[in-house]
Amino acid sequence: MTAATDPTIPRSWMQRNRMTITPLLFLAPGVLFFAVYVIIPIFQSFYISTFEWNGLGELSEQGEYVGFRNYQELMTDRAFEISLWNNVKWLALYLLAIPAGLFIALFLNQTIMGIRIYKSLFFFPFVISQVVVGLVFSWFYLPREGLLNLVLGVFGAGPVNILGDPTLATYGIIAAGLWPQTAYCMILYLTGLNAVDPEQVEAARLDGAKGWKMLWYVIIPQLKPATFIAFVVTIIGALRSFDLISIMTNGGPFGSTRVLSFYMFEKALSEYGFRMGYGSAIAVVLFLIMLVFIGYFLWSMYRDEKGARR
Amino acid sequence: MLRKFTSAAAALAMTTALAAPAHADLEGTLRIMSDMSNPAPRAIMEGLAADFGAMHPDLTVELEIVDREAWKSQIRNALSANPPDVVNWYAANRMLPYVESGLFMDISDMYSGGDLPGLDAVKGAMTIDGKQWGVPYSYYQWGIYYREDIFKELGLAEPATFEEEMANCQKILDAGKKCYSIGSKFLWTAGGWFDYLNMRTNGFDFHMELAQGKVAWTDDRVRETFANWRKLIDMGAFIDDHQTYSWQEALPFVVNGEATAYLIGNFAVPHLREAGLTDDQIDFYQFPKIADVPMGEDAPTDTFHIASGASNVDAAKAFLQFVTSADVQSKINGPDGLGQLPINANSSVADDEFIQQGFEMLSQNATGGIAQFFDRDFPAEMASIGMEGLQEFMVFPDNLDDILGRMEQARQRIYK
Repeated sequence: MTAATDPTIPRSWMQRNRMTITPLLFLAPGVLFFAVYVIIPIFQSFYISTFEWNGLGELSEQGEYVGFRNYQELMTDRAFEISLWNNVKWLALYLLAIPAGLFIALFLNQTIMGIRIYKSLFFFPFVISQVVVGLVFSWFYLPREGLLNLVLGVFGAGPVNILGDPTLATYGIIAAGLWPQTAYCMILYLTGLNAVDPEQVEAARLDGAKGWKMLWYVIIPQLKPATFIAFVVTIIGALRSFDLISIMTNGGPFGSTRVLSFYMFEKALSEYGFRMGYGSAIAVVLFLIMLVFIGYFLWSMYRDEKGARR
Repeated sequence: MLRKFTSAAAALAMTTALAAPAHADLEGTLRIMSDMSNPAPRAIMEGLAADFGAMHPDLTVELEIVDREAWKSQIRNALSANPPDVVNWYAANRMLPYVESGLFMDISDMYSGGDLPGLDAVKGAMTIDGKQWGVPYSYYQWGIYYREDIFKELGLAEPATFEEEMANCQKILDAGKKCYSIGSKFLWTAGGWFDYLNMRTNGFDFHMELAQGKVAWTDDRVRETFANWRKLIDMGAFIDDHQTYSWQEALPFVVNGEATAYLIGNFAVPHLREAGLTDDQIDFYQFPKIADVPMGEDAPTDTFHIASGASNVDAAKAFLQFVTSADVQSKINGPDGLGQLPINANSSVADDEFIQQGFEMLSQNATGGIAQFFDRDFPAEMASIGMEGLQEFMVFPDNLDDILGRMEQARQRIYK
């Protein structure tokens, strides 16, 4: 008889609580880093946003407590309003990547010679860096030498300077962002299509479903998990759009392409930005917007898991 | 007193000063963080560190070179935690946040103690609250760089007044070219135009009052500056789509002769030469007179500072002294070096068409005063909001009232 199973010998505390301790230990590193790098900074941002502080020196010594004045100023700040609207544009238009990705995936989901090469070509823009995408598109848009104006010229239209026109520039950048994002959604749907049940498709076909009806009532419902992930990554991608803006227009012309994340960077951390408190206030607003989506994602994942358990 | 000797003796004076007992036993490590990352400045900086190291065998000089653009936002981190001893930065208001937060060391004693001979003229740009916070190592003129050959072809001469400037411009436009190239994507180039137009329309002193927030942006005198600017914009003097280009991307317009002039700093000259223009094709003139006010000039100064958390202050001070000494200044600003103007009055100015013209202009024809530049004279936030407005004005001059209103709102908040 071994010691562990002998009821007369008291087991150590470790042994008695093994079932509780083990998962906690495995979780600990993740929880620790998540707390240090995500949770605590969120509360720090709230705290800093109530100060006027230039980010140099100690907050307690150099910061001046201003309460909610930074938020009051945001209300009257037109640059903030423009950034907020641009965020909305990004959110709405970026979602186009989902249907676009779906249709490319449907198109590529066939077995012909060299399909893998075509798939990798379509996936290519997602692999290259956002900075490169931004550069390529800004050359494409160039007012005189750009390919876009060359093409428009053939049709007798143009020339347009998309990135130099405050009403068009944001759309120009979103179009550039859609290129890699569509590729991402495509790959998600391609894997999703592998999991589509051929028997259901067969059954639907026997019932006479085809074309759009087949897609809408048979295929897309089965792609729901892929759609959910595509939605999540696209929303998050839209809210963290930064690299493209920084590369393509640097927020200009005259601040018309800024989004909240870029404006925050400009106010708090850039060459001329010395307003940590104000920047934090912008960050808090961005966080609250994200929270709406994060809350929805968490809730819907929780609901699915509960459904799966039943 | 060693300081009494001038130019010829300065080199000797320098060596003797450094050989003096106080500095002879420099030891430990001197950590320098520099933003001189472009090829020519980088070689200069590495040379400086090596020479200084060779002069002090017991001292280890550690040099770290950071990308010049990246340094503009990295400096705050570099100065906060485990700071290096010596860093690069810029003069005037650009120092203010670091001075206010106590990150730069007060080195007034070096100026008052006579450790920095020949620097009296540039002391002002290093002064905040009556104290000095660093030393300059180089500066350069701004002005109009133009295509001499095209001017000759069109029978134009360097203009001295704004009327002549506009008359020239009209002829250039009639010849199917643009008068001025500019790339305003990164905004500051528009700041140069405003500096000059305002200094010429209202004078240097008014420009400085505006920089210090003492005058409203909606003031009629400011509007007059914009009205002069608008004359050029309405003529179509500037290249189209300038808001899409960086200043480098706007250079080909001058190189190809599509635009004949460029208001820019002397740092553009090496680029124009590299692009294949000879000195017969490019020339320089001072921004012409508008109103009858003394001419003020932009001449941005680049600097060295000692971090207040420096661990080897003696070595850092000796290094600043070394960099600003007359012979080192002649050498590093020479044609093989930075190709700019030395800040020490006892140094010799390089034998280069543009450096010579710039030196002459700044020493004889800048009677109004010498400004640093829009984004160095105005507080950081005012500069960034202001330059954005200036760019918008250049594209949509009709928005002027709205732009000035916004800038005035910012002014009232920023200069409390």
